[in-house]
Amino acid sequence: MSAILEVEKLEAFYGRTQALHGVSFAMEEGGITTVLGANGAGKTTTLRAISAMVRTRGAVRFGGAPIESKATEQIVAMGIAHVPEGRGTFVDLTVEENLRVGMYARRNKRNAARDMERVFEFFPILRQRRKQHAGTLSGGEQQMLAVARALMLGPRLLLLDEPSLGLAPLVVREIFRILRLINQESRVSILLVEQNASLALDLADHVFLLETGRVVLSGTSDVLKKDDAIRRSYLGY
Amino acid sequence: MDTFIQQVLSGLATGGIYASLALALVMIYQATDVVNFAQGEMAMFATYLAWTFMNAGMSYWTAFLLTLTIAFVGGVVIQRVVIRPVENKPILTIVIVTLGLLVILNSMAGWIWTYLQKPFPSPFPREPIRMGTVVLGTHDMGEIAVTLVMLALLFLFFRFTPLGLAMRAAAQNPLSSRLAGIRVSWMLALGWGLAATFGAVAGIMVAPILTLDPNMMGGIQIYAFAAATLGGFGSPVGAVVGGFLVGVVENLVGTYVSFIGTELKLTVALAMIIVVLLVKPSGLFGRTHVRRV
Repeated sequence: MSAILEVEKLEAFYGRTQALHGVSFAMEEGGITTVLGANGAGKTTTLRAISAMVRTRGAVRFGGAPIESKATEQIVAMGIAHVPEGRGTFVDLTVEENLRVGMYARRNKRNAARDMERVFEFFPILRQRRKQHAGTLSGGEQQMLAVARALMLGPRLLLLDEPSLGLAPLVVREIFRILRLINQESRVSILLVEQNASLALDLADHVFLLETGRVVLSGTSDVLKKDDAIRRSYLGY
Repeated sequence: MDTFIQQVLSGLATGGIYASLALALVMIYQATDVVNFAQGEMAMFATYLAWTFMNAGMSYWTAFLLTLTIAFVGGVVIQRVVIRPVENKPILTIVIVTLGLLVILNSMAGWIWTYLQKPFPSPFPREPIRMGTVVLGTHDMGEIAVTLVMLALLFLFFRFTPLGLAMRAAAQNPLSSRLAGIRVSWMLALGWGLAATFGAVAGIMVAPILTLDPNMMGGIQIYAFAAATLGGFGSPVGAVVGGFLVGVVENLVGTYVSFIGTELKLTVALAMIIVVLLVKPSGLFGRTHVRRV
C-alpha cells in the first residue's frame, strides 16, 4: 500500500505561539488513522495545518504531491475534505443546499446526483430532512450532515475533528458505524481526531499519540490498545 | 379614491428605487456585517457614466448595459483594493472607509462633471397610461417593471446557480466555506459587484425624475436605509418590501398630511428608522433563528 498522506517535521503557529513542534507521520491509502492526545496537545491544529488553516513550516505530501504551500481552497479541490470541530453547518441553508455546497470544489460533477443518492443511503435521515433548514437538525443529524457534505466532494482523504463532541452515546455509536461503512465501501482514507479514545481505537487501524505538539507514540491500534500508558491515560482501565 | 390609487402607484415606483438600493446595502451587510455608506454615491457615479456614454452617442440600452458592467467591475475593484485591506479591522474602521469613499466619489463627480444639474433621459415613452381617471406615468411603471425584473434575476441567481449558492454559503459561514473549497474573499468581491450593479440601476432609474447631480443619491440613500431597517438588515426580501413600503408611506404622508408636503418628506424616512429601531429593531423580516441547540 502507498502512503496517501505524509507529514514531515510539521510545525504550526498561532501568531507567535507555536502549537506543533515537528510532527511526523504517514498514513496508508484506504486506512483509518486516529490522533489521540490530551486537550491542547495539538490534535485539531494537526488537521488545520494539513488543510492550511494555520501558518506552518515543514512538509505535507498528499498522494506524493507537496501541498504545504497551497491555499486551503486548492487543497480541498485536490480531494481532502475537512469536517471541522463543531461541524461547520450552514444553518440557514437547507440540508440539500448544504450538500450542494460540499460539491462546489469537486472537479467531476457528472456523477453528482448519484453521489447524493449514495450519501443518502449512508444517512437515510438526511433524505427525510433534505428540504429542512440545517439549523433545525439535532446535533447528531448535523454531524451526519457535516460528514455527508464532506463526502460530496468525492474526497480521497477525510479529516474528522471530534465527530462525537456533545452527542449522546447511541448517536455516536451510529455515526462511527457509518464511518466504518464509508471507509470500507468508498475507500476513503480517514484521519480522525477524537476525545473518545476507546471508540477511536476500535475504528482505527493506526494510532499516534500527541503530547504538547509532538508525536510521542505511534503504531497499530491492536498493539497500542494493550499499551499500559495508553490504557491508563486514555482508556481508563 | 383615484388620488389614493395614483399616490400608491407612484409610491411604488419610487419605492422600487429605494428597494434596489436597500437590496444593495443588505447584500453587502449580510456578507460582511458592514453598512456601505458609499452605496448611493457609487450609484450616482455610475449614472454619470451612463450620461457620458449617451452624450457620446450611444443608444440608451447600450449605455445602460455598459454602465452596469462597469459598475459591477468597479464594485469588485473597490472591494479588492479599498475594503479588503481593512476586512479584519474593527467595524468602525470599515464604516469610516466607506464614508471616505462617499466623500471621494461625491467630489470626484463634482470635479469631473460639475455640480450643475443635468437632464437625464427616460427610456420609456412620454405618453402617460390612462386607466379611467387614474393617470399613470409611463416612467413610473417602467421603473417598477425594471426593479421587479432585476429582483427576479437576482433571486434566480442566488437560488439556482452553484455560484449563487457559494455566495450565500460564504456570507453565512466563511470558515466552513473555505473548507468546502469556496474562495470566500472573491465571493465578497462578487457581492460588492452585484450590489454596485443594483445601485447603478437605481441611479439610472431615478435620474430622469430628480435630474442628475452629484448629490442626487443623498436623500435616496436615507430612504434606502429606512427601507433596509424597516425590512430588517439581514433580509433581502425585507429590503425589497421595506423599499416599496417606504415609497408608498412617504408619498401618502406627503399627500394627505398637509404640513409635511414635499419639504418634510425626508423626515418621514428618518422617523420611520427611529420608530422601527425602537419598536422592532430586527425589522419586519428580521431573522429570528429557528435552531436547536
